[in-house]
Order: sequence, then structure tokens, then C-alpha cells
Amino acid sequence: MLKHTDYLTRTYAKPEGWTLATYERDLEGYRVARRVLTTMSRQQVVDEAKKANLRGRGGAGFPMGVKWSFMPKTVGPKPHYLVVNADEGEPGTHKDRTLMECNPHACIEGTIIACYGIGAHVGYIYVRDELHLSKARLEDAIVEAREKGYLGGAPFGSPFPIEIYVHSGAGAYICGEETSMLNSIEGRRGEPRMKPPFPANAGVFGCPTTVNNLETIAAVPTAFGMGCEAFSKLSSLHGIGDGGVRLYGLNGHVKRPQIIELAVGPTLNELIYEVGGGVLGDRGISCVIPGGSSTPVLRPDEIVHAPDAKSPLNPWHGKSVFDVPLGVDTMRGVGTMLGTCCVTVIAHGTDPVACMHNLMQFYRHESCGQCTPCREGAAWLERFCRKVLDGKASLTELDTLHDVANGIMGNTICAFGEGTAMPALAFLQKFRREFESHLRGERSGVEAKLAVEPWS
Amino acid sequence: MPFALSPERERKLEEILGRYPTKMAATLPLLHLCQDQAGYIGPDVIAFVSERLDLSTAHVEGVVTFYTLYNQHPVGRHQVWVCRTLPCALRGAQAVIEHCEKRLGIRCGETTADGKVTLRTAECLASCGTAPMMQVDRDYHENLTRARVDEILSKLLE
Repeated sequence: MLKHTDYLTRTYAKPEGWTLATYERDLEGYRVARRVLTTMSRQQVVDEAKKANLRGRGGAGFPMGVKWSFMPKTVGPKPHYLVVNADEGEPGTHKDRTLMECNPHACIEGTIIACYGIGAHVGYIYVRDELHLSKARLEDAIVEAREKGYLGGAPFGSPFPIEIYVHSGAGAYICGEETSMLNSIEGRRGEPRMKPPFPANAGVFGCPTTVNNLETIAAVPTAFGMGCEAFSKLSSLHGIGDGGVRLYGLNGHVKRPQIIELAVGPTLNELIYEVGGGVLGDRGISCVIPGGSSTPVLRPDEIVHAPDAKSPLNPWHGKSVFDVPLGVDTMRGVGTMLGTCCVTVIAHGTDPVACMHNLMQFYRHESCGQCTPCREGAAWLERFCRKVLDGKASLTELDTLHDVANGIMGNTICAFGEGTAMPALAFLQKFRREFESHLRGERSGVEAKLAVEPWS
Repeated sequence: MPFALSPERERKLEEILGRYPTKMAATLPLLHLCQDQAGYIGPDVIAFVSERLDLSTAHVEGVVTFYTLYNQHPVGRHQVWVCRTLPCALRGAQAVIEHCEKRLGIRCGETTADGKVTLRTAECLASCGTAPMMQVDRDYHENLTRARVDEILSKLLE
């Protein structure tokens, strides 16, 4: 069942909702940060954060509190840093931008609490360069907060100095990968680093660093405000460690594309039909991309198979995957990923090969080029799709396409490789018939255009 | 003539340097400042940045060639980026691109003969819920209609 909330989005519709005046008046802004910095110890903050079951909102879904606990307990000779990841650029993902534009003070307040929790005096918010309005809103918010004494040498009178800076990217999707982002902040090419060492040991400038997604950070004041356990319990998946509220996105062939805040746990059917109003032209659904282009597609005719009573998916055994609550572990259970929770709906009649080709163009363009399997593989995948669309590929080449994608998996420094190969393999496996009909020249009549309704 | 920052941008640079423990970390922000001023990153800018931040020119060149938004060649006065990635494509991005090409009389990647507009395609600009969209200089234009695109382009060509 859908549970609407407005903890993160309350300022969205307000005139000048991004100002400190609105934030303090309507959301009792900075009250939580003040309480945390003046009454809690660092350890208490981390222990409390763990109770929120706040799974990272950037795609990987790692629990935020646990990540904070990886930081050294005492600050040694090397300072600690917080890096907030706002390099939103995964195709289909459009949620962080709304937070920065419409509720920047929640981002700043969350950053203050997180900095304190991990022992960092400096936090960098890494925003992709294209988002000029987001950067301006954040920078204005920082100025306002500093003027009030919420940042600087003694925030809220506490002896724990905190400074926050906005760092601008320069157009590279890969910089959303955490170690690549660290290199980018250091002034280098944004190429991912080998792990270990993990950022909590050697991150930006070789110092202990925590990297959190912007939405994760923006939810921190809400979680601490109501008590992290109460926050977790808002979610219908609280029982399996997936708590709180989050932003869900809808885009593609849906009647009402939007960003909406809900308690964790709506199903795809609820999102698409109740929130989104259904598919354009009341068409059927071919497939959806559940959370950004790197997450494998799901078809509505896929059925959950979890006969084992111990399986977390057992309650949905025999039902459509579109009726499973969207959670980090539930989506992993049905063979995809929750990712960023922004759902791309693809209607019946859309050519899946053309969809895959469009995405492979993206990965080809954005591969950083460090690892051969990814650099060459992404280009191969793109060329193969083109060839299939042109009706020039052979059946054996479809198998080669599989081999190329499989050859990327697990053979690269960072997860970009998997992010390319997993959706490619899903399209190939779930739409084999459509690929083959292209080879037989049967789809020449099918328009390869992706828009189901003419643009006017 | 060697490249130099305007006094105002020079002050901004001093402020930026204070944010980081190393000079190298100012590479990306400084390149943005230079591009704001010069329009693109030429050899003179690369020499300036490496001199100013005590870096090799190879390092700076490596950074410039890595990131899409640093122009390595002169571009038009206005930058038009049309998002072409899947969520926008599902909403008609291809038609938007074709329409822009026709209206401007150039192909993607080219600049109009009068040097006013450079047209390019962009990879996902995080506006999937308001597709199709395009970015013109610093501004986003979302939920594009044909009439709206015409209006935007006419203004740029004035």
C-alpha cells in the first residue's frame, strides 16, 4: 500500500522553499543538528544512525550507519573528510536535483550531522557541473547557514568546526563512482581506484573519507529528528533492514512522470498505475528499468519463484515481480537492483533492441577507458546493437554479444563494467525473440523510434 | 600573449585554493574559471594552469581531455545541449534533435556560421521526469514542445 510522506519534500511547493527562513519556520530547521552537536558524542551519533536502516540512496544500498562506523574511532594525524555524492547522472535518475533545488538546507543540515558523526571538519558536496541552479542553491544555503553560525569555527557554539564546500564536476558520469569522485576532487582524471584501500582508510587526499549519496544525507535530519528507529519503522520493509522514506521517480512512457516521496516499499504496479496514472495511450508495459540504466530490466510477466518459507521473497511466491515491494534486498532477490528507485517505464511496441542500443551508446561514451574489457566491451556492445538494428547481424553474433558482456563482468576495477553488462545481458535474455526477429528481417516494419507518441 | 585571469576571477581562485589541502585540487575549478573567461581551454590556458598550480602541462592536459565539458576548441557564443539518453529518447528526444538541426542548419557537434550557437547532444542531464529537455548555456529547459524550442532558438539567433 502506498504511504505518502513529506519529510524531504515539504518545502518543494512553497514559494522560496529553499531559503533558510522557510526551512526554519516550517521544518524547525537546524534544530536537530543543534541537538546532535551540543548533546551527543560521535559514537552516540553512529550508534543512532545504524538504527535508521537507511540504505544508501545512490544505488548500491549499503547501510549508512554501518558505513559511518568504518571510520577510525579517533582522528589521527590525518584529518577525516565527508564527500557527498551529488553527481547525479545515471540515465533515469532525477531525484537529487530536486532536493538541491527545493530543499538545500536539508542537504546542509544532514552534511553537518554526518561530518560530526564521522569526525570530519570538512565536507565536500560534489555536484555535476551541468546543475548550475542546484549549485547556486547549495552555495546560497551555505552562506545563510554560516551567517547564522551553523557552520564555521563553532557551529551552534560547539567546539567542532565544520566547513562545507561545493565542488563542481566537469561532465563525466564515472565521477559518480566513489573512488573516481575522490580523484576528481584531488584534481585528477576521474578514474576509479583499486579497492582496498577503501575510502574509510585512505580516501580523498589519502585521508579517511566517507562518501554518501546526497539523498541519504538529506534524510539524516528527518531520521534523527524523529528518532532513527521510528524513522526506520515508517518503511514496510523495516523488518528486513530497509527503513525510512525515500524519493521515488517515474519517467519514460508513463502518463504522469514525477518525483514523489513515499515510505519505503511501494510496488512497481502501485507506482506506475496509482502514482503515474498508467502508461501513455493506455498501452501495456513491455518492461521497466527499476532504478537507473544499470539495473537489469523487469518484465511484467516475470513471476517470483521463492517456495522456501525462509526466503524473504516467499510472501510473493507465484506473483508478478511488479507486485513485490521495491526494496534493496527484494529487488536483488528478483534478479535486478533497486538502484536509485527512479523507474523508467517502457511501453509495448517499443523496440527493446533500440532501447539497449541507446543505453550502450551512453556506456560507450562514459567508460573512463582504464580497463580494457569495459572500454572495448562497451563499444562492441554498441556496435553489435547497431548491426542488429540494421538487420546485418547473424545468429552467431548474438552469442558473441553474450560473450562480450560476460567478459566484462568481474573483470574491471569498478562497478561500471557490471553496470554496462548487466542491463545488456538482461535485454538479451528477456527479449531474445525480438533480437532474433531482427536477424530474420521480420522487424523491418517495426519503427525503431523510441517515442510511442509523436513529439509536438 | 600569455593567458591571465581577470582580477575578479583571480580573487575567486584565491578563495578556492583555501578550500583544499593541495593546490592540485583546484585544477577542475580553475579550469572552469579559465573557460568562463576564454570560452575554451587552449595551450595558453593549459600553460597558465600548470604554472599557477605547480603541475606538469601533461597533468593538466590529461584532465582537460578526460572531462566532456572542457572545450578543447573554440565554440559558439551559446551552447545548446539536447539530452539524447533513453528516458528523453522515449519522450521524443530524437525529434527534438532533428528539429534543432533543421532550425539551425547544422548537425550536432557543429557551430552556426555566424558563431552564435554550438549544438551538441548530451548524455543524461538528470531531468528524466521532465523529458524531453535541453540545456542552453547555464539554463535547463524542460518539457519541451516544438513551439518552445522554436522560441528558445530564435532568441539565441537574434
